[in-house]
Amino acid sequence: MMIEQEWAIILARAQFAFTVSFHFLFPAFSIGLASFLAVLEGLWLKTGKGVYANLYRYWLKIFAVVFAMGVVSGIVMSYQFGTNWSVFSDKAGPVIGPLMAYEVLTAFFLEAGFLGVMLFGINKVGRKLHFVATLAVAIGTFISAFWILSVNSWMQTPVGYEIAANGQFMPGDSWWTIIFNPSFPYRLVHTLLAAYLTTAFAVGAVGAWHLLKDKSNPGARKMFSMAMWMAAIVAPLQVVAGDFHGINTLEHQPAKVMAMEGHYESHPNGAPLILFGIPNSKERAVDYAIEIPKASSLILKHDLNAPLAGLDTIPDADEPPVGIVFWAFRIMVGLGMAMVTIGMWSLLARARKQLYEWSWLHKAALLMGPSGFIAVLAGWVVTEVGRQPFTIYGVLRTVDSASPLDAPAVAFSLLAFVVVYFAVFGMGIWYLLRLMKKAPEAHESALDGAPIRSAGITPAPAVLEGASA
Amino acid sequence: MIDLTVIWASIIGFAIIAYVVMDGFDLGIGILFPFFKVGKDRDTAMNSIAPVWDGNETWLVMGVGGLLAAFPLAYAIILPALYAPMIAMLLGLVFRGVAFEFRWRDPAHRELWDRAFTLGSFIATFAQGIALGALLQGITVEGRSYAGGWWEWLSPFSILTGFGLVVGYALLGACWLNWKTEGALQRQAVTYAGRLGISLLLMIGLISLATLTLEAQYYLRWLSYPGVLATAIVPIATIAVTFLFYRSLRQTKDAQPFFWALALFGLCLIGLGISIWPNVIPARVTIWEAAAPHRSQVFMLIGASIMVPIIVAYTAWSYWVFRGKVGHDGYH
Repeated sequence: MMIEQEWAIILARAQFAFTVSFHFLFPAFSIGLASFLAVLEGLWLKTGKGVYANLYRYWLKIFAVVFAMGVVSGIVMSYQFGTNWSVFSDKAGPVIGPLMAYEVLTAFFLEAGFLGVMLFGINKVGRKLHFVATLAVAIGTFISAFWILSVNSWMQTPVGYEIAANGQFMPGDSWWTIIFNPSFPYRLVHTLLAAYLTTAFAVGAVGAWHLLKDKSNPGARKMFSMAMWMAAIVAPLQVVAGDFHGINTLEHQPAKVMAMEGHYESHPNGAPLILFGIPNSKERAVDYAIEIPKASSLILKHDLNAPLAGLDTIPDADEPPVGIVFWAFRIMVGLGMAMVTIGMWSLLARARKQLYEWSWLHKAALLMGPSGFIAVLAGWVVTEVGRQPFTIYGVLRTVDSASPLDAPAVAFSLLAFVVVYFAVFGMGIWYLLRLMKKAPEAHESALDGAPIRSAGITPAPAVLEGASA
Repeated sequence: MIDLTVIWASIIGFAIIAYVVMDGFDLGIGILFPFFKVGKDRDTAMNSIAPVWDGNETWLVMGVGGLLAAFPLAYAIILPALYAPMIAMLLGLVFRGVAFEFRWRDPAHRELWDRAFTLGSFIATFAQGIALGALLQGITVEGRSYAGGWWEWLSPFSILTGFGLVVGYALLGACWLNWKTEGALQRQAVTYAGRLGISLLLMIGLISLATLTLEAQYYLRWLSYPGVLATAIVPIATIAVTFLFYRSLRQTKDAQPFFWALALFGLCLIGLGISIWPNVIPARVTIWEAAAPHRSQVFMLIGASIMVPIIVAYTAWSYWVFRGKVGHDGYH
């Protein structure tokens, strides 16, 4: 019986990890893409230059597909708290429920309500109102991130609650304290920048691909240039934001940082930064470690000799899995550094007026196309696995959070999710790649090739056409 | 007695009504989809709902999100109890949701995505109907959690409610197409609406009678004297509305049959309310037992009272933008 229960929990965790990972790929893209579209339409309205209108139409087709996949995979998440984590939901519902309800009320409806107009309405409502619709969708994606990250952050750094006699978490007298819990501002900034970077590198790769084939394509040049500005500015900002986030985590969730750093032992006189190595939880040491002495103390405490506690100070029962966190962290940071490199490289190319000429830069940017998605997932693995063995850090254990379900029920649903997601979203991603493969044209039309919805329900081209000349 | 808990129960009730009103017809179109001619007719049917389906489905998220926030105990008991139908519904919604985009993106596989659209819509609807039936027939609760097995939801009654909802949504879909389309497709929709209307009435009758046998509470609510004088209004009104529905259909009205069909749904929901009030898990847990603490209710009520009117306003605007008949190449 005990064994079966353990299986049920492992399966439920696998299912949540699988569905949320797949889901987050889409918002990570659509948050950035919605803002990108708003900028493009704004620039078009301001300058009247056709290249912006063309790019708007080009990326709107992609956005529509991404958004649809984000919506349907997101609905799954809102149910899964209940289907698979019912004890957690019962206990934490009074605190996190209202925040999630605010997400629905202030974000989901806003996005959904204006999406139809954004996709199909330009000749019905006029340019200005259409721009408002685009802005509303972009703002909606931001508000959505705000609330759901507040919920996640509260689970990481729970404050402002009392525990009632029936075991429920009760909100204290200040919602402000709950919403702006200690890790929230850092996580919000880090995640939003990550979404912008993800989009920038995806857009940059598409631009690079088309530049490699035709350096003179104005759409490809413009999108590559815009993406590389984002890379050059946002990637370094993200490094700074990540550093602040790490320091905040050290303060509130030290065990997570110990796992990230691979610090099994405490270091009273400055801790080394382990660049690579293989964490060995049995021997409680990192094998084959390549390390920089005292550098970890420098990064985390801004002092070479600052003492840093290790996992030896954490009770075994409260220790997160070290290997996964350690590796995921290195993947994220490594990709982040590669992003900074591309950004700097592009600045150099721009300064020498070679931005559209240096094909090695284009090849590198193309290779980095999926980097944002991988880095974002790796980052979530760090923070979520690093929170284990708790759902609400330090207060509610994962093993005490799951639904009273039989293991076979969860096994079947997990199998169904895996099959359906790979089939459906696999096809969807394939369609996205096909759309991206097509070069942006001088008269980019929603009609040609594969029309969005059907021929003509997108009257956008008719109106946009006039300005694109 | 009106307190915050009652207000929240009403808000969730409103979300459920809004969901049925708005997503019912677009699921219904999915169910009827294979009966429409490939090409122009299917494109038109799809286009009539393409700009609004996403907003419609948001009410489903609102319903379940609101349940978590306002009645966390109910959320925590109901979802594991309905595990299989809920997962099936979610997967169904995945299929039909992406089909809106994918069928245009991949003409070579349009037939495949059209089938996914139908299958997904049917499964989602059927699962919702089963969920309703499973709730009504009673679920096993111990302490603060669900204590039944993972097949408890399955019974002849829940299968009946599953089919009942399929018929009902299909009727809404047919009425929507009668309103929004022209020509052969509209005539086809009218024919379907005529057949589905009588089928739905039959289903409502069957389900109502079966419901009375499920719990003593339902029986007493409906049939004990003098309450029966009030409750009898519901079946009488149902017959009257059915009559009005057929009259409007015969007079070849565009919009009216849709609203009469919605009225039928409204009466069913009133009937549901009469059966289960004041429970959130029928015959098991009352809304007060499941309610979130006062502070959570107040905080959300502030948000809901500001946001819900705004949402209704811009949703209405969005429908207004896409008003009128839809041609096969979009709204004109």
